[in-house]
Amino acid sequence: MEKKVRLKWHKPKRSYDIVIIGGGGHGLATAYFLATRHGITNVAVLERKYIGGGNSGRNTTIIRSNYGVPEAIEFYQRSVELYQGLEAETDRWLMHKPKGLLWLSHGEMADRAQFARCALNREYGADSVFLRPSEIKKLVPEIDLSGGGRYPVTGGTYHRAGATARHDRVNWALAEGANSRGVHIHQRTEVTGLRIEGGRVTGVETDQGPISCGAVLCAAGGHVSNLTSMAGFLVPIRTHPLQAYVTNHYEKTFHPIVASTALLCYVSQTARGEMLMGAEIDRQPSYSYRANQKLIQSCSHRVLTILPFMRNLRILRHWTGVCDMSPDYSPILGKTPVENFFITTGWGTWGFKAIPAGGEALAELIATGEQPRLIRAFTLDRFRQDRTKADRGSAGTH
Amino acid sequence: MSLQIPCRFCGERPVEEFYFGEIPQVPEQVTDPVDRDLHRGFFFHNTEGEQREAWFHVYGCRRWSYLTRNTAEDRVVGRAT
Repeated sequence: MEKKVRLKWHKPKRSYDIVIIGGGGHGLATAYFLATRHGITNVAVLERKYIGGGNSGRNTTIIRSNYGVPEAIEFYQRSVELYQGLEAETDRWLMHKPKGLLWLSHGEMADRAQFARCALNREYGADSVFLRPSEIKKLVPEIDLSGGGRYPVTGGTYHRAGATARHDRVNWALAEGANSRGVHIHQRTEVTGLRIEGGRVTGVETDQGPISCGAVLCAAGGHVSNLTSMAGFLVPIRTHPLQAYVTNHYEKTFHPIVASTALLCYVSQTARGEMLMGAEIDRQPSYSYRANQKLIQSCSHRVLTILPFMRNLRILRHWTGVCDMSPDYSPILGKTPVENFFITTGWGTWGFKAIPAGGEALAELIATGEQPRLIRAFTLDRFRQDRTKADRGSAGTH
Repeated sequence: MSLQIPCRFCGERPVEEFYFGEIPQVPEQVTDPVDRDLHRGFFFHNTEGEQREAWFHVYGCRRWSYLTRNTAEDRVVGRAT
């Protein structure tokens, strides 16, 4: 039976051990894992608007681990596994649904790239296999293998661990799990400044008054640069809008998530039966939440090339989120030049799938002071050390 | 309507005709050449508000225009130069 999510609201205290800026998936997951794994509950999550109202409520809910660099595969595979157990752990129905993910390739070179990706994935524990067009047709009978004549499907990666979950439910379950153990969640509380003394952070200024704390985690998504500039350093982040949209309901027979590596678009079916589509980010950096007609036009055109049945559907909703894009398309987690000020950013268009693993790793980092093995490659100083983890091809739509 | 970019030569045209060109803003106090390169490549101001930008009219006159855009609202401010 469905259980109600119960959150308790508190007045902000004057002081906490840890303040987490940003009540999205990553912020709430870190609070949740701090409370459950490390017993640290004197924690406040500060959210400017309402929890899960930023990119955590605007993404396309895909969970997968078919990445292109070893460290990333291991990290996202951990996340896939944590998602599988999250319903049992939080005792909440997250609508987690294993679906399988199909990455279509169009042409011999693309086939080779996908074949290599499958080999690398299997080596590091992610379950990807290469499929021939006839096998793809069996998985997705609706597909046009000729790709409208211009983009013939020559093969594809089938990533069996691909899944979806309801994003709001994930946020609420994590919020409730943390909240019931004593973590305070303050909505409509905007951080307006950071208090830094002698190179270490000692508190935050908010529009509800100052809060002193031992450590700060910045999990502010697209708005991370505003906070890091308060702390006095720049981060390798550009904020780009990303749009997605859904159609009206279609018979619930469309099983896997389908993406095309040449057409740069992806399609899945939501639990309600809506067909959910998305494409790449807007090219110019912007913080605007405005959606535009051009994306619908170009993305629909590309989707219809491989899935012509969708031409009879109508668009129901269309929305935009602002993504914190890192230059190497890998996340940035860990310590910063300011002591006790941690960041989790660079989640760009791949943040939702990493929520549990990112939260778990950051909770361990904050509790122990040691960068956990899984995120050792994703530190902020990798850019200075020339150790970037270039993985653009794994963003799916870039 | 999608963003319209005022080209210096062709007037207002849809954003899809343009290539976005960033103008790197390396702080003056950074003087070490390696540090300057790092700033150019990786450490961005990521301004939320008005910033100067260059736009290349790829599917048009193939020339650069310089303008100020408000990134918070994704709106061009003033005229191109």
